[in-house]
Amino acid sequence: MSVPHLLVHDPADNVGVVVVEGLVAGTDMLCVVTHDNSDFRLVVSMDVPIGHKVALADLGVGDTVIKYGQDIGRIVAPVKRGEHVHVHNLKTKRW
Amino acid sequence: MSSNRKILAYRRENGRVGVRSYVAILPVDDISNAACEAVAAHIQGTIALPHAYGRLQFGEDLELHFRTMIGTGANPNVAACIVIGIEPGWTKRIVDGIAATGKPVAGFWIEGNGDIATIAAASRKAKEFVHQTSGQLRVECDLSELWIAAKCGESDTTTGLASCPTVGNMYDKLIPAGLYGCFGETSELTGAEHLAAARAATPAVREKFMRTWKAYQDEVIEAHKTSDLSDSQPTKGNIAGGLTTIEEKALGNLEKIGKKVSFIDVLQPAEAPAAGPGLYFMDTSSAAAECCTLQAAAGYVLHIFPTGQGNVIGNPIMPVIKVTGNPRTVRLMSEHVDVDVSGIVRRAMTIDQAGDALIDMIVHTANGRLTAAEALGHREFVMTKLYRSA
Repeated sequence: MSVPHLLVHDPADNVGVVVVEGLVAGTDMLCVVTHDNSDFRLVVSMDVPIGHKVALADLGVGDTVIKYGQDIGRIVAPVKRGEHVHVHNLKTKRW
Repeated sequence: MSSNRKILAYRRENGRVGVRSYVAILPVDDISNAACEAVAAHIQGTIALPHAYGRLQFGEDLELHFRTMIGTGANPNVAACIVIGIEPGWTKRIVDGIAATGKPVAGFWIEGNGDIATIAAASRKAKEFVHQTSGQLRVECDLSELWIAAKCGESDTTTGLASCPTVGNMYDKLIPAGLYGCFGETSELTGAEHLAAARAATPAVREKFMRTWKAYQDEVIEAHKTSDLSDSQPTKGNIAGGLTTIEEKALGNLEKIGKKVSFIDVLQPAEAPAAGPGLYFMDTSSAAAECCTLQAAAGYVLHIFPTGQGNVIGNPIMPVIKVTGNPRTVRLMSEHVDVDVSGIVRRAMTIDQAGDALIDMIVHTANGRLTAAEALGHREFVMTKLYRSA
């Protein structure tokens, strides 16, 4: 298998994780779902560092972000599919 | 089979298996550090364990202090122990606790003697202990006789993808064969506490876990927080590595306990497991050195530390094996990495293969290979303190 740009834990997830260094905006990413080894493609619209998340769907304020098939927090600023998801648009629902 | 492999290790008087053989010089309290360090500087083959506490503690905090001190001296990686305190009362309590293992131990106190006479007497006894223990031979033991703890640090998103599942795979393979495992980090299970609770072996253990987790939330986090803990939990390093929320961090953290095994009891900080072989949860801080120190005091002889961004933690008596799945950390900080599982994120290595590579490194380390942290001199020994002293 080719080396993926993005890994997704679970089919239900709406974010994936960049696993290559130096990913630049416009890259047509190979995305692999680790749960079942299925793959798909997605064009990333921003430079995103290794380890950081990319939205797999358009997300609005108040939406729940799903990773590992689980709730990891709420969206606080709108995000488009292919954009960077991090502390500027995602917050914990705990403490 | 990976689970019935043999190692060469030290069989202690109480039957436990150690993978190192230290003569430890243990201070009862902060003001005895200087004497302990002087003995360790004087007598080769000894190691001083200086720390910051031990005076005017009381109640549960004092009991934790004694449990940590006695447990550290009693750890099977310690062949013999010198205990030095300012006065005889608490010194003798720690000596007696360690002596229950049957290993050589002796106590010294400074009041009425002064540092210099204390150092002279303790040095003479430490030299005896070095001669008594340094020629001990490693003997063949089962890999599954080891007690192996785990804790992750400077985590990032690769931790949940690669290094923590590698540890979980190792536990899934070795715990059914008789290994003692341990995970902790009470606050850092927040967001995954429901999944952790579901892995308790019985309803009673599940209830004990949830009570412990909730107490940490109510008595530590909610009682003292001034914000949403951004910058602390997740840490600055976690955030740089791409982790955004405590829920996301917790879900990756919990990958360490694998897919199959249940945990059979909930331990207080530094409490020795007493329910037989299996996986245990210990109520600990998520700070690396505090957690490792408590796990070593509970009797764990090896530690597996998955890291994403590159936590460099070590422990003075318990070898800490670093595992990372982050290719950038492998590239920039290779001197800290014992097991490189970055092939997982390239889809060039399976979790099962990574688990086997970790087991190989456990065998190698148990046989005497120094870990990266040992070779680099990391000896972080950090006591957990529950509240201010009297």
